[in-house]
Amino acid sequence: MSILRFLLARMAKMVAVIATIVVVNFLLIHAAPGDPASVLAGQSGAADARFVEQLRHQFGLDQPLSTQLWLYVSSVATGDLGISHLQQRPVLDLILERLSATLILTLSAFAFSIAAGMALGVAAAQRAGSWIDSALTVLALGFYCTPIFWVGLMLVLVFSVSLDWLPSFGMMTIGAPLHGLARVQDIAAHLVLPALTLGLFYMAVYARMTRASMLDSLGQDYVRTARAKGVPEGRILRRHILRNALLPIVTLAGVQAGQLIGGSVLVETVFAWPGIGRLAFDALLARDYQVLLGVFLTTSIMVILFNLATDLLYLLIDPRMRPA
Amino acid sequence: MPISGDHALSRRALLAGTAASGVLMTLAEARAQGITPKSGGTLTSLLTPEPAILVPGVNNQAPTLIASSKIFQGLLDYSMALEPRPVLAKSWSLSDDKLSYTFKLQEGVTFHDGKPFTADDVIFSIMKFHFDLAPRARSVFQKIKQATAPDPLTVVFTLDSPFEPFLLMFHATAAAIMPKHLYEGTDFRNNPNNQKPIGTGPFQFVEWQRGGFIRLKKYDGYWKKGQPYLDEIVYRIVPDSQSRALAMETGQVLMSGASDIEPFDVPRFQQKPNLEIETKGWECFAPLMWIELNHRVKPLGDVKVRKAISMAIDRDFILRRLWFGVGKVATSPIASTTLFYDPASKLAAHDVRAANILLDEAGYKADSSGVRFKLRHLTLPYGEIWARLAEYLRATFKQIGIELTLESTDTGGWASRVSAWDYDTTINFLYQFGDPTLGVERTYVSTNIQKVVFTNTGGYTNPEVDKAFAAGRNGATAAERKTAFATAQSLLIADMAQIWIQEMSFPTIHDKKARNLIQFGSGIHACYDDVFLA
Repeated sequence: MSILRFLLARMAKMVAVIATIVVVNFLLIHAAPGDPASVLAGQSGAADARFVEQLRHQFGLDQPLSTQLWLYVSSVATGDLGISHLQQRPVLDLILERLSATLILTLSAFAFSIAAGMALGVAAAQRAGSWIDSALTVLALGFYCTPIFWVGLMLVLVFSVSLDWLPSFGMMTIGAPLHGLARVQDIAAHLVLPALTLGLFYMAVYARMTRASMLDSLGQDYVRTARAKGVPEGRILRRHILRNALLPIVTLAGVQAGQLIGGSVLVETVFAWPGIGRLAFDALLARDYQVLLGVFLTTSIMVILFNLATDLLYLLIDPRMRPA
Repeated sequence: MPISGDHALSRRALLAGTAASGVLMTLAEARAQGITPKSGGTLTSLLTPEPAILVPGVNNQAPTLIASSKIFQGLLDYSMALEPRPVLAKSWSLSDDKLSYTFKLQEGVTFHDGKPFTADDVIFSIMKFHFDLAPRARSVFQKIKQATAPDPLTVVFTLDSPFEPFLLMFHATAAAIMPKHLYEGTDFRNNPNNQKPIGTGPFQFVEWQRGGFIRLKKYDGYWKKGQPYLDEIVYRIVPDSQSRALAMETGQVLMSGASDIEPFDVPRFQQKPNLEIETKGWECFAPLMWIELNHRVKPLGDVKVRKAISMAIDRDFILRRLWFGVGKVATSPIASTTLFYDPASKLAAHDVRAANILLDEAGYKADSSGVRFKLRHLTLPYGEIWARLAEYLRATFKQIGIELTLESTDTGGWASRVSAWDYDTTINFLYQFGDPTLGVERTYVSTNIQKVVFTNTGGYTNPEVDKAFAAGRNGATAAERKTAFATAQSLLIADMAQIWIQEMSFPTIHDKKARNLIQFGSGIHACYDDVFLA
């Protein structure tokens, strides 16, 4: 019952946050210099006053900002994200057709970074001070401080250019329509490099955090007690150390999950991955307001949902946090 | 097809065009290399940035025009010397009073939905579609007093006064022929067919995975029998310039054009034995690049300052070290491949000492730290190369005591600031479209000082220049126009109206097995019905 009330309270807050986000984003975007009409004029190589006026009128930019805001907010409230000025297609379609690409990429990277990061962290913590620990720590530090686009380019140089094992860009082979398993394999081959690139940084973060928080738990009294009781070492690791060390990792995972959508812009650019991050980036350059606002809204909702999931996960892992 | 010495489009040249000559020429060329065209295969190409829409007129951005010129065709294409070549027009003629242009259209042409192409489509496209949508088309087609179709395959345009560059306006990038039956009476910009373009071109639209690729396939009903040779053209969207270079290097795409490959990456392709680099194919556009000075900002209104800046710039260095030789040093406000370029025109040689003396004479004293005055420079946001150019300019301006502060922005910010005249100096480059009246006049005449980008935003005024461009525009004969533009060029150079730097060219890098990619002055904007993979 109390969990239900907790959820309801959170939902109410979410609606307020989303409403604020919509309004603030709208105002921020309109504060940037230039508008879609000026961008179009600038890139068409020829313009006259009539051309710019026509476009502004068509895009509704000749109306007062408050009117534009009202129109936008009221249409979003009914679930209509508007039409892209430039592509003349519904924003929701544009987002939906590219959301799956981003989700495939980010979720693979997410799973990889958590699994590999925790494995490395546990391995290092168990052998703290040994050469294995030092090697893993150096490796993690290396990925932690290397710029993501550089890692991407190096992976491409090694695995695409030199070894010719994996394609260097795109999401699938074009021209040979594949089905079933062949299609999955094709996408998977294209996915390896971008997912690795996106995941390596977070893998390093998880490895370092797991190691630190494991070492912290290792010296706790309850661990010593368990050992004195004669609990097997594997069980101590799983039940006593890792479970307690998990809380900061869940916190971090919640933060990362939110950032995965936005943080994929760079990787999507380097690997020409047709995801939502680049949709936002291109829309920003073109001042395609509706698309940009739509992407912001989508990603905000995702961040909020991930936060909620994180909070629920806390309750599951740590009984002390359950509302009385 | 002969062209008289003064670049005039003589009546004989106008009448000489037939459908066969264009095809025969390319076949002959192919045979000369010992290769007969072969059918089949997919041409993969880079395309940067991703177009928003594939319908010319509705969107006239550079990548749109590259891809859409395979789907839509114009009445004409142009040789590298800018002579008209037949496309949808089989032949054409001009009346003796130089007012009526008659186009005979190709027979058996259909749109991709199977509907026949007729004179009505031509009249609709010119008089309604492009006239309503495109500023460039509007500025020329407003001279048409009457457009008639005596029969379904003949179109006559009657002008209100002679306009010599009229024939240069019929390429697919300027006046693509649209299907009247799908667009008439609709809101052109919001027509649902914009998402699935239908033209008369050799390739028809198949699919577009946004952010990934655009796929076109051979149109089986194409009006030239046995053509096109290619089965498909796939444009791949790769946003990162290094990834594009890698895609080219690893053979994942067969060609790149326009700005796909950054100039400083071009040398690494010169050693590749399987690749060829061509720089021709931009004659129809002839982009000229200049440092754009805002004449309203002190002391840029002073001709001595502008001359000093021009002398301080080492144009050879920019061409060799920044553009790695792709392009040509500018010698005039008119590019050398544009009609009526005056070969006698010359800019003062690079001489930093003389530039400093000129500024001393003009009374701009340097302060204790060697600075005469400070200016802002709005860096052109089109890629890394422009940032490098801005760095070079800052160093160069410093040599003559001008402190340049670089300001960066994105494309939207750039266009809106230039439109608002909110800049001291920036870089600009504009297509000249083959004729000074079409592409040069707009930057210098006082009647075109507007708060709109690509007009005379610099605010330069000289009544004599206005007069010379007007004489060039209205001149009925090529000889009259030649005199007028020679005057305009010498006046502009004497005033150093802007600091012209370079005639730009863009490398087309392609696998040697792809043939006939660059055959016209329109280069990669040709319809590619004769391109094949050997």
